[in-house]
Amino acid sequence: MYPADLKYTKDHEWVRIAGAEAQVGITDYAQKQLGDVVYLELPEVGRQIRKGEVFGTIESVKAVSELYAPVSGEVTQVNASLTQKPEAVNKDPHGSWMIALKVSDPGETSDLFDAAKYTELTK
Amino acid sequence: MSLPAPTSLKKTPLNARHRTLGARMVEFGGWDMPVEYSGIVDEHMAVRTRAGLFDVSHMGEIEIAGGDALNAVQHITSNDAAKLAVGQIQYSALTTPQGTFVDDVLVYKLADQHFMLVVNASNIIKDFNWITEHIPEQVDAVAVNTSSRYALLALQGPASRDVLQSLTAADLSGLKYYWFTTGEVASVRCTISRTGYTGEDGFEVFVPPASADRVWNAILTAGQSAGVVPAGLGARDTLRLEASMRLYGNDMDETTTVVEADLGWIVGWKKQEFLGQDVLQSQKAEGPRRKLVGFEMLDRAIARHGYDAYIDGARAGTVTSGTQTPFLKKAIGMAYLPTDRSVPGTEFEVEIRGRRAQATVVPMPFYKRQK
Repeated sequence: MYPADLKYTKDHEWVRIAGAEAQVGITDYAQKQLGDVVYLELPEVGRQIRKGEVFGTIESVKAVSELYAPVSGEVTQVNASLTQKPEAVNKDPHGSWMIALKVSDPGETSDLFDAAKYTELTK
Repeated sequence: MSLPAPTSLKKTPLNARHRTLGARMVEFGGWDMPVEYSGIVDEHMAVRTRAGLFDVSHMGEIEIAGGDALNAVQHITSNDAAKLAVGQIQYSALTTPQGTFVDDVLVYKLADQHFMLVVNASNIIKDFNWITEHIPEQVDAVAVNTSSRYALLALQGPASRDVLQSLTAADLSGLKYYWFTTGEVASVRCTISRTGYTGEDGFEVFVPPASADRVWNAILTAGQSAGVVPAGLGARDTLRLEASMRLYGNDMDETTTVVEADLGWIVGWKKQEFLGQDVLQSQKAEGPRRKLVGFEMLDRAIARHGYDAYIDGARAGTVTSGTQTPFLKKAIGMAYLPTDRSVPGTEFEVEIRGRRAQATVVPMPFYKRQK
């Protein structure tokens, strides 16, 4: 269910780390809790974000939720096609990356959950 | 992502059924209610194109009976209950002496000396206390909270008449909008009213709680080929907003008057007397300072309940309801604005997370079904 190549936060974001780059999205559990996603607000490229900081907002028909950065870094890419079609988050949450970061401190990932631990957490 | 923690809440007779159907449950007005089954957008579209079945058993019923029942209802509600025939229903307000809302209600005339008020879930106790306190002692009328005697199912959407008709001998084609009748549905004695909160044709069925599950299942089974689906409070909210129906606690409350809420049509202006009548009459004559308007967002953003509205850089009002609606596919909402800035086409700004987004006043209703 939860891909093994991703790391997860207690706030239900996932992060895919490849070298110095990290892609960030929200989990299947999170999209189910939110319901139909209709709006996504993401930061500008170039912004420096610290781990745990709010980097954007996701809105479903019913609710507004903040998005928290799983790691610190500089925003290198924003998924503009996802802000145009935010409902894709419901269909493919683990394939719907929102932002990419240049990771500033690789040591920060040590407290993130692996897939098995996150699965336990959401049971 | 931050998610709310679960709490202990009141349950309708269909609570276990909702869980079996895989509903996501939320707290609403002290009740544990289904917010969605397959998804708000799915359920919303089902109601606009086919039909949806809602459990609205959390709604309250307060009955008023006695030789002076009509006088009592006339005193505590804004609309003219003298216009009701037995079997007829009207939308009305329980008003304060200031002309504001204790609640918005449906008034059913059950018999000549017997009325039933259908009230909002979170207001049942408040309304009942208010009513008993405001029926004068010399008046021959008694109020009884009969909420626990009824489960309430709402079948809403263009397919609802044919589906419900297949389960009852009551003549539904002959039942006019805002009238009710009694009859058996799936062999259970029910009161059936042609009412709803979605902007579609539909029915609300008052069912003995012990038979709620039986009637619920019978409707879903009978409606399967027509595409009837269970629908939750999430879709109920987006549907009512598209249809411009007010939600108590969001769009009006004890601080807003019936005239400000732009509901002058539920005031019996020629009535002899009711609580708040003088205030409402002078507001009607002079024009209220603020008014509830419909709006559409011009910028890509969603305005929601409680957000501030600005005109020419100054705070001018408050958004009372707002969402991205599934059928119209627009970000719409309602807001109180100064009356002189309430004309359709007037532009204003809504503050959304520290930024100002453009909106424009539009006529209501946002959505009106083709008859």
